[in-house]
Amino acid sequence: MSVVIDVRNVSKEFKIHHERHQSLKERLLHPRSGTTEVFHALRDVSFEVRSNETVGILGHNGSGKSTLLKTICGVLQPSAGEIRLRGTLAALLELGAGFQTELSGRDNVYLYGAMLGLSRRDVDDIFDDIVAFSEIEHFIDTQVKFYSSGMYVRLAFAVAVNVDPDILVVDEVLAVGDERFQAKCIDRIRTFQEEGRSILLVTHNADQVRALCDRAIVLNQGLLIADGPTQSSLRTFREHLLEDNVERDEHPMSSNVTISSITTPSGSFDVRSGASMHFDVEIDAEGAYSGNFVLEVFTRGGQLVSRSDAQGAPVNLTPGRNVVGVDLAQLPLLDGVYDINVGVVDAHGHTVIAWREQAASIQVTYDGRAGGIVELGATIRQQ
Amino acid sequence: MSDAAAAPSRRRLAEDAPVRVVSARARLGSRLGTLWSRRELLRGLIVSDIRIKYKNSALGIVWSMLSPASMLAMYYLVFSIFLKNGIPNFVVYLFSGLVVWNMFQISLNTATGVIVDRAGLVKKVSFPREILALANVGASVVYFFIQLAVLLLFLAIIGHAPDWGFLWLLPISFLTLYLFTASLAIVMSAVTVYMRDVKHLMEVVLQFWFWLTPVVYSYEHSIAEPLHRHGLSTLYFLNPVTLIVLTFQRIFYVSTVVHSTATGALIKILPTWSFEKFLFLNLMLLGIVAVMFLIAESIFGRLEGNFESEL
Repeated sequence: MSVVIDVRNVSKEFKIHHERHQSLKERLLHPRSGTTEVFHALRDVSFEVRSNETVGILGHNGSGKSTLLKTICGVLQPSAGEIRLRGTLAALLELGAGFQTELSGRDNVYLYGAMLGLSRRDVDDIFDDIVAFSEIEHFIDTQVKFYSSGMYVRLAFAVAVNVDPDILVVDEVLAVGDERFQAKCIDRIRTFQEEGRSILLVTHNADQVRALCDRAIVLNQGLLIADGPTQSSLRTFREHLLEDNVERDEHPMSSNVTISSITTPSGSFDVRSGASMHFDVEIDAEGAYSGNFVLEVFTRGGQLVSRSDAQGAPVNLTPGRNVVGVDLAQLPLLDGVYDINVGVVDAHGHTVIAWREQAASIQVTYDGRAGGIVELGATIRQQ
Repeated sequence: MSDAAAAPSRRRLAEDAPVRVVSARARLGSRLGTLWSRRELLRGLIVSDIRIKYKNSALGIVWSMLSPASMLAMYYLVFSIFLKNGIPNFVVYLFSGLVVWNMFQISLNTATGVIVDRAGLVKKVSFPREILALANVGASVVYFFIQLAVLLLFLAIIGHAPDWGFLWLLPISFLTLYLFTASLAIVMSAVTVYMRDVKHLMEVVLQFWFWLTPVVYSYEHSIAEPLHRHGLSTLYFLNPVTLIVLTFQRIFYVSTVVHSTATGALIKILPTWSFEKFLFLNLMLLGIVAVMFLIAESIFGRLEGNFESEL
């Protein structure tokens, strides 16, 4: 597999003017006034993306992830270092950024296609696919300024995914459109994966990364702090997320706590909706440790159903084998498969001590009439 | 699009595809290469520019002829009728200079602020940014050709033949005009990002520039003598538009010396240079503006790096 994106020692600095003098008069009158602060958005970032890989970029706001993406797309020039790209790249930085609202949807498809590097004839070939995917056949000759924001975004996404890129770069755009269109976008991304294309996905939504990526990198204050399998990167991301300006615990993370297994008394993870459930989580600790226990339940689509927070569940680990019991009194989940993550975090909830992604999957069967994820137990009567 | 069939061939393409490098300093050669490879985008932007400009207007692109026509009528009225400048066939003289000037002025007036105006696009979509300025120049090239066609039609109607021998200068002179206008447009669009006043300054400068160019007056008849006396002729010709305008006038107006319609005396309207001299001067200017274009590209490349933090 060849390397399609090769980011080598990329740094990006921005000059932030505290007093902006953008007019000529002000510049002449105050040649030296105003302070300029240099902000390091990226510091010596290096990583590679191979063909057939889907890589997530995780980071908080201001961590440099959007800057990195823009640099890869060529919207920004790095201050130092270089990026080597192989093959065509389609970027979804902001859907519909290239649209001219005065023009019709049809004209905009051609213009946007040209921005993504397609010739008129190329766009002719995929035009019908684009329109079909966007589902706005009736409005394709209407001026874009009359479009709803949903239509706008759908058309832009449809163009970008139909241009047949070798590399697709997506920035937080999957949160747009209605649920059905989102599912369609995710489907298309999965098709891309199957076809062996490379995808770079930027988000601060850990669940989306979990659902789509094989690998993730984590940025923090412009530095690349993790690059590895999704689960381990997510763990690093969580540590920093939880850290949140609080200084690191004096006790460095005891890597000697591990979650070794999760079992049910019956050995089966099939459960009826509304029934109770019990897990035993086996934790091996090399030393004594007091912390909190976290349980997360996800849908298969990567949607977080519930996170039972650390504060509620203290555990005192003793050296050797510990068993933590988890009781779910009445499982309110509806039909489906749910993934369970378990972990141990420190007493403040700032540092992850041990984590196990997809420790188990439970299969819930439900034969009532409710739809969705949760049984609310609603009774409906006329007053 | 059959995905299954396309996938393997596409993947092979990806492996063979040339490596593109994004780095702090792109070489001038690679800049020009990228620019050339995105000519489809340039075309698309020009078309959309023109479409948007005349969208929802009943007369549409006819306006691109009406406003120069009214300008032409006004100057004709003022200079030929009221001021009696004595130039016979003054409309032809005016028209041949105005097509050049209009292309130059409209390009610069629209291109100067274009990067600032399209900040949303510049910050989100990757493409060679100077294409935005070039698209504005390109749109005026379209208007230029429309006006040129009207000029030719007008000449045919009044039975005024252009100088066929000099017609060969037209493509050279046009290319010179294009490259000069494009160079200025590229640089100005980038400078405006850092100093927003430049947009307004440019409008004022262009007004002065118009009167420094022999469009509504005759260089030879009105100012050649005083300029020469003060040793300013060379300075006057540092304005590249002058030579282009003179060439256009020579091609379409033809006569260099005419009888004044006011006094009947012989007056010199245009330089009496030979074809060879016109050709030499035009080729020399073409060489200069070609170098200017390269310089403009590299200036733009330097200024482009910080657009993000200034927009």
